[in-house]
Amino acid sequence: MESGIVDLSRLQFALTALYHFLFVPLTLGLSVMLVIMEAIYVMTDRPVWRDITRFWAKLFGINFVLGVATGLTMEFQFGTNWSYFSHYVGDIFGAPLAIEGLMAFFLEATMVGVMFFAWDRLSKVGHLAVTFLVALGTNLSALWILVANGWMQNPTGATFNPETMRMEVSDFGAVLMNPIAQAKFVHTVSAGYVIASVFVLGISAWYLLRGRFVPIATRSMTVAAAFGLAASLSVVVLGDESGYALTDNQKMKLAAIEAAWHTAPAPAGITLIGLPDIAARETRYKVEIPWVLGLIATRSLDKEVEGMSELVLKAQERIASGVLAYDAVEQLKATPADMPARAKFEAHKRDLGYALLLKRVVADPRQATPQQIAATAWDTVPNVPLMFWAFRAMALIGFAMIAMFATAFILCSLRRHARSRWFWRLAVFALPLPWLAAELGWVVAEMGRQPWAIDGVLPTFLATSSLTRAELWTTLVGFTALYGSLAVIEVRLMIAAIAHGPYDPVDPQPAPGALPATPMAA
Amino acid sequence: MNFLDLETLRVLWWLLLGVLLIGFALTDGYDLGVAALLPFVARTDLERRVAINSVAPNWEGHQVWFILGGGAIFAAWPFVYAVSFSGFYLAMFLVLSALILRPVGFKYRSKRPDAAWRSRWDWALFVGGFVPALVFGVAVGNVLLGLPFHLDSDLRSFYDGSFLGLFTPFALLSGLVSVAMLVLHGSTWLALKVEPGPVQARARRFGTVAALASLVLYALGGAWLALGSIGYRIVSGADPMGASNPLRTTSEAAPGAWLANYAAHPLLWIVPTLGLLGAAAALVGIRRKSEGLAFIGSGLSAIGIIGSVGVSMFPFIVPSSTDPRSSLTVWNASSTGHTLTIMLVCTVVFLPLILGYTTWALRVMRGRVTSAEININPDRY
Repeated sequence: MESGIVDLSRLQFALTALYHFLFVPLTLGLSVMLVIMEAIYVMTDRPVWRDITRFWAKLFGINFVLGVATGLTMEFQFGTNWSYFSHYVGDIFGAPLAIEGLMAFFLEATMVGVMFFAWDRLSKVGHLAVTFLVALGTNLSALWILVANGWMQNPTGATFNPETMRMEVSDFGAVLMNPIAQAKFVHTVSAGYVIASVFVLGISAWYLLRGRFVPIATRSMTVAAAFGLAASLSVVVLGDESGYALTDNQKMKLAAIEAAWHTAPAPAGITLIGLPDIAARETRYKVEIPWVLGLIATRSLDKEVEGMSELVLKAQERIASGVLAYDAVEQLKATPADMPARAKFEAHKRDLGYALLLKRVVADPRQATPQQIAATAWDTVPNVPLMFWAFRAMALIGFAMIAMFATAFILCSLRRHARSRWFWRLAVFALPLPWLAAELGWVVAEMGRQPWAIDGVLPTFLATSSLTRAELWTTLVGFTALYGSLAVIEVRLMIAAIAHGPYDPVDPQPAPGALPATPMAA
Repeated sequence: MNFLDLETLRVLWWLLLGVLLIGFALTDGYDLGVAALLPFVARTDLERRVAINSVAPNWEGHQVWFILGGGAIFAAWPFVYAVSFSGFYLAMFLVLSALILRPVGFKYRSKRPDAAWRSRWDWALFVGGFVPALVFGVAVGNVLLGLPFHLDSDLRSFYDGSFLGLFTPFALLSGLVSVAMLVLHGSTWLALKVEPGPVQARARRFGTVAALASLVLYALGGAWLALGSIGYRIVSGADPMGASNPLRTTSEAAPGAWLANYAAHPLLWIVPTLGLLGAAAALVGIRRKSEGLAFIGSGLSAIGIIGSVGVSMFPFIVPSSTDPRSSLTVWNASSTGHTLTIMLVCTVVFLPLILGYTTWALRVMRGRVTSAEININPDRY
């Protein structure tokens, strides 16, 4: 295979996935907010809530189509660019993607057309039900995608079959009930709700600053404040750090995030800030809060949080054991009925993936020297400064969001949100922050999984398709140009739609009148 | 857990693969056809809006047949997913780029009134309809010819061909069959769904041409299968209950073998005959202004044409032209019985629901699209 294929494939996956996730979280959250707004309309029968729902639905639509369009790439990219991955884990990984289509995306995509086009063809309750089904489909869709992604982080319920040279499912229930998938689902969906709340809050604040569409803006802001506070609390409290104590590779991710080069005595302190130094394998100038990490990661005071050096030693043992499994697989390839080889395979199969890590330095892992094994063990450490800083930036934004929504909630509860100009400005400037946090979250999750495509099972550098550099550059340039143009068009349309607002300029705005009692949330 | 044996599961999933492709062709097929016809069948902005709104409320759900097709091939036929999409790398990029233009085109076109903006999106929609229709056909043609790929002992696949190598005469013929089939389906849908007027009249004219082209090109493709040097057969090692390892089967190129199933089971001739009769019925329906007959005809034609590809190739799914030993068949390229069973249960539960709410969504939007309604309804594109 040509060199550079792995890096180019990873670059393309990262760009297309991060781009896709600019649109997805807003779809996730705004669909639920539309249900809340429309439910208020159905219950109160006030036309202003119909206008609110329809206005946000219009912005939802502009965003939704790009989520769908870029999702097409994601569904097929495993096959086009990661064909060995697709073969190696398709027996497990394909199922959640297919179920996502069957159970969730079909529902979402069918109902979204009805939602936009059938306002006058359905009863009020009927239309609300359709909007609800869009939100349900969207959120179930996220569930199945995160079951797939969670399995990449914690590949439970599957074993390697030497006859077919791939991982095969042994316990589908374990794949479904994967605790990492569940933590990821709650965390990711909550992040989507925060993004949608910031979107609604920021745009409403902008209207208030301009004194436009005030009845719509104040009511929208109230919904966003309540929904956003709940979501921002959930995204931090139910952050998926709790899953990091489960497996060696998840532990490694946690150690890298914390730049914990060595195991500290329990309960471990959390490093608030510092300067990780890869060469010296230590963290300089660190400010630590005692006990906190031990509490978060192990939910106890007496369990240790393992450091990178100790985890690397473990990896080294697993590589040595994996070489035996690899040898057994090669024997079974030649003679499937070789019973001693079968027994050796069964004894060491959980470490087979570790032997594959050696393929970066030596074609046949069985020929690896002890020095190569020791060096390769350090390959299991992800990029520590990146993990350290990306996580801290994400977490900082997460806490800032809680503070902002708590303020918004208090202002709304005291009915002072219609007078607090300082807060409106803050809300407008905060608009890009949650997107930044969400993208950083994916960087932490996926870069933290390196060097693995499937944790402990399949190294990323073995997972690609056998493509040429020319092919990869063609699609990289093509996707960048296409996605870039669509981004420019989308942002312009979004700004135009926001500037235009909920009413046509010729229509007289409904008289604001006295603010009626506003339900906080449905 | 496995209440069906592996052989049955594999056959069922081969059938379901066909169901998904046919579901895609019957629903999103007419959306693609309408998009491919858009700049020609409708000239003014209002006409184009009529054509676009004939599919706008429902096309998004229909597209999921394609996405689900990708997911289901991944889950049930991982080898096929891995080998074909990486082999068709640049062709897939072309299809995806074109399909990406479609949701954006439908939604964004109406957001601004200026003519240049709308014209650009009209052509984007044309690309989003025509290019996938053509490339899907070219891909099927190449699968019939056999893809140039081989597997190593780790079952990693290597593609030995090139992008331009996909466009051989037979593959191009297949591409044209696909375009004719989907344009026919699109024009019968337009005739059924839009108000009497210039768009409907032009849809009938294009439909007539597409029906004739379907008949001629599809028959030509059949003759090519019979007389050309196309086809593969399994020599040894086929084990319907065996582990999914393609290297255990030996296959070879065998000219004319794609007609062997029909020789063994003459009843199967019904399938390709349906492809021809459906197109003929569509033609009759268009000429007699019987829109229902025409639409049913174009749908049956798509079922027959797609079905005949599967029937001809069974049990092959993706034969290899450069290393026939690597060929992927129904017996050697599936997931485990465990996964196939779980996916079957999900399909049995959810597919009827999908058919139910798809029908309901089409019913909610029933009735012909009229320019009068489009002009007053702000929700219309």
